[in-house]
Amino acid sequence: MLTDYAPPTHQGITSDTRPACTPRLSIRQLQSPHAGPISLDIAAGECVAIIGESGSGKSVFLRLIADLDPCSGAVLLDGTARETWPASTWRSMVVYQPAEPAWWALTAEAHFSPEQNTFAGAILPLLNLKPAVLQTDLALLSTGERQRLALIRSLACKPRVLLLDEPAASLDPTSTMAMEALLQTNLARGMSIMIVTHSDQQAARLSQRLLRMTQGRLEPI
Amino acid sequence: MNSVNLSTLDLAIAASLIVLDAGMSIVFGLRLHHQLLIAAVRMVIQLLLVGLVLRMVFSSGSAAMTLAIIVLMIVAAAREVAVRPKQRLHRWGNYRIASIVVALSSMATVLLALMTAIRPTPWYDPRYAIPLMGIVLGSVLNSASVALDAFLGDVVDARNKIEGRLALGATLPQALAPLMRDAVRKGLIPIINQMSAAGIITLPGIMTGQLLAGMEPLHAVKYQILLLFLLAGGSGLASGGAVFLASRSIGDKRDRLRLDRFSSR
Repeated sequence: MLTDYAPPTHQGITSDTRPACTPRLSIRQLQSPHAGPISLDIAAGECVAIIGESGSGKSVFLRLIADLDPCSGAVLLDGTARETWPASTWRSMVVYQPAEPAWWALTAEAHFSPEQNTFAGAILPLLNLKPAVLQTDLALLSTGERQRLALIRSLACKPRVLLLDEPAASLDPTSTMAMEALLQTNLARGMSIMIVTHSDQQAARLSQRLLRMTQGRLEPI
Repeated sequence: MNSVNLSTLDLAIAASLIVLDAGMSIVFGLRLHHQLLIAAVRMVIQLLLVGLVLRMVFSSGSAAMTLAIIVLMIVAAAREVAVRPKQRLHRWGNYRIASIVVALSSMATVLLALMTAIRPTPWYDPRYAIPLMGIVLGSVLNSASVALDAFLGDVVDARNKIEGRLALGATLPQALAPLMRDAVRKGLIPIINQMSAAGIITLPGIMTGQLLAGMEPLHAVKYQILLLFLLAGGSGLASGGAVFLASRSIGDKRDRLRLDRFSSR
């Protein structure tokens, strides 16, 4: 089904055609019964890290941004409200990667379109993965390998905003550093990233801003 | 057609088989004899009542009475389809889906048969409409309940996979498609089995009845072929319709998977 995904056709609209002050992602009074209200602006190429206890609403917040749960409030991408696009287009531009990414086919390769497979092949070595992992039965791969493949799958959508829920939870220090380097490259190219992490060091290395989630409310630290 | 007339004595001899079963239950301590006897008595009373009602309706030939009985049959079948799945949709969703699907698929197939192949006068002649409806409803009930149960159960189990696809930019129909195909396939398995087994592994009930009642074998076979086609059509419409309507009611206009629309019972 991956070939049916709506391609990110709105890549052409870049922030330089707009006033410099328009944030990449603008969140206004976003609220559901489990989190919020939350307002937050993220610039293009900016990384925001969110820490907080389990159950404080971090994942709920990322799901709300991706429009996966009903909520009130507004979310704008480069100044345009998300309801302007079909939900599927929105989610291919603002990609949410859950803490435990799901796989529905036998191999990683089957989750990619042909173009995405070429892309994945190029990214693999950057995350210390062998090309063979794409054709390996996913059940035979380690949790860490699947987690790195999930990041490649998310990046293959070429999102403008990436919402990552503990992407390094089961990675060893070397792989964690490789993953962070890959994220830095994408930040430098203008992708915005919101990352939920339990590691203060990782937050400090990656992000310009650190926020804490407490009982569904987001506060700067 | 000269039908075999059964006397009360004939039935009484056959009933001795029930007594045999009950005796077996007592000897081997199966504790089934009580249930067995109740079921047998129930079956006799139910069928006699149905026979009396049908005799009345057939001789009256009334359109209103025929319609009333058909509606009653549809309601009963729809209820069975609605309560069968383990998962329930809120606001009577299962009942809504079941009644639409059961009514439309059974009426469409029966009307087709009445208008083309059988053509009784009047077209609603209860002697044809009611038995046809009964046999089609049995098949529709099977397919729709299996398909609905499979789809709703799979959606709950595969929640992470469906939302994983949505999060990467799939539309809800794209994310649900594999599950929908699977559920429709499951709903069609019984009728496919019935068709492939017909005549070799089993003699279908209707055909057996007609043969026993003295009909010429090839006539009985043609009737049976017609019926199996009708059943296959009804099953297809029912499982496809049930899964389609269910897929619509678990999503919203922003292509979200709304598991909050399932009510825990």
